[in-house]
Amino acid sequence: MLIDFFLHLKARKLPVSTKEFLTLLEAVQAGLAGHSMEDFYFLARASLVKDESHFDRFDQAFGEYFKGIEAIPGLEVDLPEEWLKAMMHKHLSPEEKAKLEKLGWETLMEEFKKRLQEQKGRHQGGSKWVGTGGTSPFGNSGYNPEGIRVGGESGGNRTAVKVWDQREYRNLDDTIELGTRNIKVALRRLRRFARLGAPDELDLDGTIAATARNAGYLDLMMRPERHNAVKVLIFFDVGGSMDEHVKVCEELFSACRAEFKHLEYFYFHNCVYDHVWRDSIRRHSERTPTLDVLHKYGPDYKLIFVGDATMSPYEILQPGGSIEYSNPEPGATWLRRLADAYPSLAWLNPEPERSWDYRQTIGIVRQLIGEKMFPLTLDGMTRAITHLSRKN
Amino acid sequence: MRFEGSDNYVATPDLMLAVNAAIRLQRPLLIKGEPGTGKTMLAEEVAAALGMPLMQWHIKSTTKAQQGLYEYDAVSRLRDSQLGDDKVKDIGNYIVKGTLWQAFEAGEQTVVLIDEIDKADIEFPNDLLRELDRMEFYVYETRELVKARQRPIVIITSNNEKELPDAFLRRCFFHYIKFPDRDTMQKIVDVHFPDIKRTLLKEALEVFFGLREVPGLKKKPSTSELIDWLKLLVAEEIPVEALRSPDQKAIIPPLHGALLKNEQDMHLFERLVFMAQRNR
Repeated sequence: MLIDFFLHLKARKLPVSTKEFLTLLEAVQAGLAGHSMEDFYFLARASLVKDESHFDRFDQAFGEYFKGIEAIPGLEVDLPEEWLKAMMHKHLSPEEKAKLEKLGWETLMEEFKKRLQEQKGRHQGGSKWVGTGGTSPFGNSGYNPEGIRVGGESGGNRTAVKVWDQREYRNLDDTIELGTRNIKVALRRLRRFARLGAPDELDLDGTIAATARNAGYLDLMMRPERHNAVKVLIFFDVGGSMDEHVKVCEELFSACRAEFKHLEYFYFHNCVYDHVWRDSIRRHSERTPTLDVLHKYGPDYKLIFVGDATMSPYEILQPGGSIEYSNPEPGATWLRRLADAYPSLAWLNPEPERSWDYRQTIGIVRQLIGEKMFPLTLDGMTRAITHLSRKN
Repeated sequence: MRFEGSDNYVATPDLMLAVNAAIRLQRPLLIKGEPGTGKTMLAEEVAAALGMPLMQWHIKSTTKAQQGLYEYDAVSRLRDSQLGDDKVKDIGNYIVKGTLWQAFEAGEQTVVLIDEIDKADIEFPNDLLRELDRMEFYVYETRELVKARQRPIVIITSNNEKELPDAFLRRCFFHYIKFPDRDTMQKIVDVHFPDIKRTLLKEALEVFFGLREVPGLKKKPSTSELIDWLKLLVAEEIPVEALRSPDQKAIIPPLHGALLKNEQDMHLFERLVFMAQRNR
């Protein structure tokens, strides 16, 4: 029976393995889960999920799979009946309401839950009729069954709600939140150590080997300390459409600063042309020609673009297309030049990945840099870093 | 053998289940969570509750997996050989036992704490796979196989600074200690300060959770910081009134240095309080 559960988790993209599944079965056989659904949930989570960023996905998958077995969450909560009914009226059409009069309360809740799930689908599709409006009782926490719980919590009866339906771990999901610390963890993958500088550390293994070769007379060997040898060049898009992404870019920037010794950064607006700048305030007086950047920093640097690549196609393809001044060469030429000069390259895009196909210029940029564009989420960063740390 | 929290440690049901599963099936238990939520303390309390000795292995960035098993002290053997010491003939004299070896050959079952495993090199967990799985390892220098007499209970903590390899994770039970909610926090404080005044505690918890919700804080205060702060409040005999302002104005809580550990956070907080006072 549990095999289906295991396959269901797998289908929900949880990285579960057979070994872990067998561990779970062993634990169930040892009677650890007892007879309570909640204990089984905790046990399954402890044995199958090894990363708190997958907890939310697990909660959802668990809820989906065991929906039929457990009662509907919220039903056992003492809700003021009038309140629920009032809510229902907002969400059901007149015909449905008429039908409901004939049905019992149980069916009513079933219907209600179905409606909620339906809304979830539409919400993700882009319509916002549940969510931010504020008239809906489901408010900001949205479509999920938590909404029903609202009344329950004030009733002081929280234990009646199934833990997995509370979805407490939602903000740990790695496809959503990005904090300085998370970024650091991701960036740390890029560290590569090399030994540089003066030899000032005792090389114990070397000393033993040298002493043995020396017929037992002590021969001390020294070696230089290890340093982080990764070199990073970052180009930030500033202004215009990037304004709404300022916070996440700031976080990325401060994490990078702390993590890399060799970090050079430049700003550009929308697309790279023949010059970039380091200081946004003095951007008109102190500009660096892009060619100088190309010549100064060798191909061992890893190039990271941060930008939404959302602009008018003319800004990339036409000479003189820049919205700031008349550029002699089109942005496409410059992007191609940079892509050729730096074999290790990634473009981090703060726009959600699913909207990329609808923006013409994102497609153009992706083509120019050889599809090395990643979303600016933790998951995307991890993919970008894996890509960058590959040897070219 | 079941762990059910203790007099000085409050365990949530899911934590208890994870610990008991790890004890029962003799697999390592991996604990993650915000700093200051009592990860390291858990091992101490499990050991105390089960009446077993605790062996601690604190990991640093330079720690090698081998050091937990044993180390071959080549340098002192080298020195002894040059001084013509007789000890030098037996290589066993220069094998220094590590934490895991000690736990494996202890007379009774032990609890082993591998603390902050994420501090070590990325290959560290992989190097311990076989040792944690089979609870045995081979000493090449003396050509002997060390096998655990009883499998120790292994508790591993991580602060999430590095990702751990999948092969390693598959062998563990995993638990994420989430930040306690108000009720659990009340229990935790009750355990630490059984005779703290109800009113003071209520006000203090309100201030504390309010502080955690201040947007933009770099390091949110955690459980261990709350405990420290309460200790100070009790020691200084701060009256309840100091935490609550009579005219509903926002005030800076006394001794807030125990809760905010970062100068920028402190400034931010003071600024917010100032603004709140002006707006009323």
